[in-house]
Amino acid sequence: MSILINKDSRVITQGITGNTGTFHTTQCLDYAFGNECFVAGVTPGKAGQSVEGVPVFNTVAEAKGETGANVSVIYVPPKFAAAAIDEAVDAELDVVICITEGIPVRDMVQTRDRMRKMNSKTVLIGPNCPGVITPDEIKIGIMPGYIHKKGPIGVISRSGTLTYEVVHQLTVLGLGQSTCVGIGGDPVNGTKHLDVMRWFNDDPETEAVIMCGEIGGSDEEECAAWVKDNMTKPVAAFIAGVTAPPGKRMGHAGAIISGGTGSAQAKIEALEDAGVHVTRNPSEMGSTMKEALA
Amino acid sequence: MNVHEYQGKEILRKYGVATPRGVACFSVDEAVEAANQLGGNVWVVKAQIHAGGRGKGGGVKVATDIDQVREYADAILGMTLVTHQTGPEGKLVKRLYIEEGADIKEELYVGMVVDRVTQKVVLMASSEGGMEIEEVAKNSPEKIHKVTIDPVNGLLDQDAREVAAKIGVPEVGLDQAVSFLQGLYKAFWDTDCSLAEINPLIVTGDDQVLALDAKLNFDSNALYRHPEITEYRDLDEEDPAEIEASEWGLSYISLDGNIGCLVNGAGLAMATMDIIKLYGGEPANFLDVGGGAETEQVAEAFKIMLDNPRVEGILVNIFGGIMRCDVIAEGLVAAAKEVNLTVPLVVRLEGTNVKKGREILANSGIDLVTAGSMADAAEKIVAATKDTQKA
Repeated sequence: MSILINKDSRVITQGITGNTGTFHTTQCLDYAFGNECFVAGVTPGKAGQSVEGVPVFNTVAEAKGETGANVSVIYVPPKFAAAAIDEAVDAELDVVICITEGIPVRDMVQTRDRMRKMNSKTVLIGPNCPGVITPDEIKIGIMPGYIHKKGPIGVISRSGTLTYEVVHQLTVLGLGQSTCVGIGGDPVNGTKHLDVMRWFNDDPETEAVIMCGEIGGSDEEECAAWVKDNMTKPVAAFIAGVTAPPGKRMGHAGAIISGGTGSAQAKIEALEDAGVHVTRNPSEMGSTMKEALA
Repeated sequence: MNVHEYQGKEILRKYGVATPRGVACFSVDEAVEAANQLGGNVWVVKAQIHAGGRGKGGGVKVATDIDQVREYADAILGMTLVTHQTGPEGKLVKRLYIEEGADIKEELYVGMVVDRVTQKVVLMASSEGGMEIEEVAKNSPEKIHKVTIDPVNGLLDQDAREVAAKIGVPEVGLDQAVSFLQGLYKAFWDTDCSLAEINPLIVTGDDQVLALDAKLNFDSNALYRHPEITEYRDLDEEDPAEIEASEWGLSYISLDGNIGCLVNGAGLAMATMDIIKLYGGEPANFLDVGGGAETEQVAEAFKIMLDNPRVEGILVNIFGGIMRCDVIAEGLVAAAKEVNLTVPLVVRLEGTNVKKGREILANSGIDLVTAGSMADAAEKIVAATKDTQKA
């Protein structure tokens, strides 16, 4: 078991004929069961072509109809990415993972509103995220596969390279991962820390969870409140941005302390209050998880 | 992206949002001419900088005759205005806004943001105008009224009316307040604002609402569809280092410390700043070179950091994923040679092909220190910069 994706997932790459889509699909095909999992690509107007042996279709609905795919990953440029999510939602895929960075917030407000109003069952991960990986089974996204190791730790993160850092630390300590989920750094996104925490709590293969948060918004606080009352497994955490000044956007569109909310300190306090093992040292994320397990 | 008050009001007027009449000026003579042109017998001379708190800092003055307009314009134009948002160094005033005086009966507040929890635009309104909304939220949260706006239906008449009444708009002014609020929302939505704040929103002697101030921020990811707003960008208001960095695809923010840091990825870049601080140092900047970390970019990043006279050492922290460490190391070496580094450099590489990457660094002939973990890197750069200070 794992969450969201496993070796039985069947994946469509939206934007497969673009440089990024082609490059990362190739990498994902090479990882574990990738060859069986990645079954289709979509680029409007390019049906009939193939990329690394993966057939290209004009629409997500066609790709799903022909291949039985249930997941998609999106590398479409920001201008068209929200429409690509809408298309995948309309095709009723189970999971849609949007890697694209730089989507206008208004587009995401519309896309999320649309999903809610149609009671969509689709889980949207991202946008602006590294993707999701279930080690030794399937990698969907841009993370380096080889740093991962199969095991019992669930990983949730808003950032790309910081996720690789924590995964690397875990792997070095012999702590493998059940699934690693990058939820993305945008202010309006599909899945939040809390959602993933719940899924990990319900996943029998996950024994403990580590989350990397960062300044901005209150998702980590909401997750902490839920953990306090419901979580049955140990949780470790690191929050990036203790030194970030208010009012400045730190790279990620969502990483900004505004109106007195979203500070790292507030998040750390909420997590500690919920019994989470919080480290202030990003070099000790792995060892903090290990201590939490002891 | 931020715009000046007068630019924000120009945008708002297009959407039927009521504002006082005003003219933007770049010289004292223009200011006097503007006052004459506006007529009346009260004018407000307002400094135009991208920061709040201008009034308290002495950047907003009420003039009751033309000589006073000249006097205030002369005093404010060219002054270094210090407010709680500018930092102690303040900001040089290069533009003025001359506005007709308004008949203020009440000062209220209205603002709009995209709320991350509901994932919709939220209208916030309060009877406490002229104060910072954060303060009101802390001290008297019951005075803030919120309306969550449906993206399809927009701001409904009844919601706008109700909230206007709650914050104290008199009965006779409600119709006009509704169209004001709906215009504000339409402007927010159509132009991809990330923040719109009218503080204060005033009620005039004849019970009309008017935007006395206007602060608009725009979603930089959406500027491609608003060339008319992009033209409002005032580079004088931005940090030159941040502008230069953005031209190279680098995300850079100046901070006050002495240790420059160069990192790939925003989350890891923040974590690197944090660990520098944790080991007793102070980061001089946030700098995300993105996933690629190519030679040209890295060289440019080094130059930008070295241009900062406070920088006494540089920490490079790269997690090579898809981009291999050996390629990154070659890029780093080429960049370091190109810029002729004059301060201690600590490099921490991790990830794909890290061994080969570290060998390239070790054999480069460049005076640098390699580090294993992030903690090791932070410790080494903090020690190196402390040595510099002693010497």
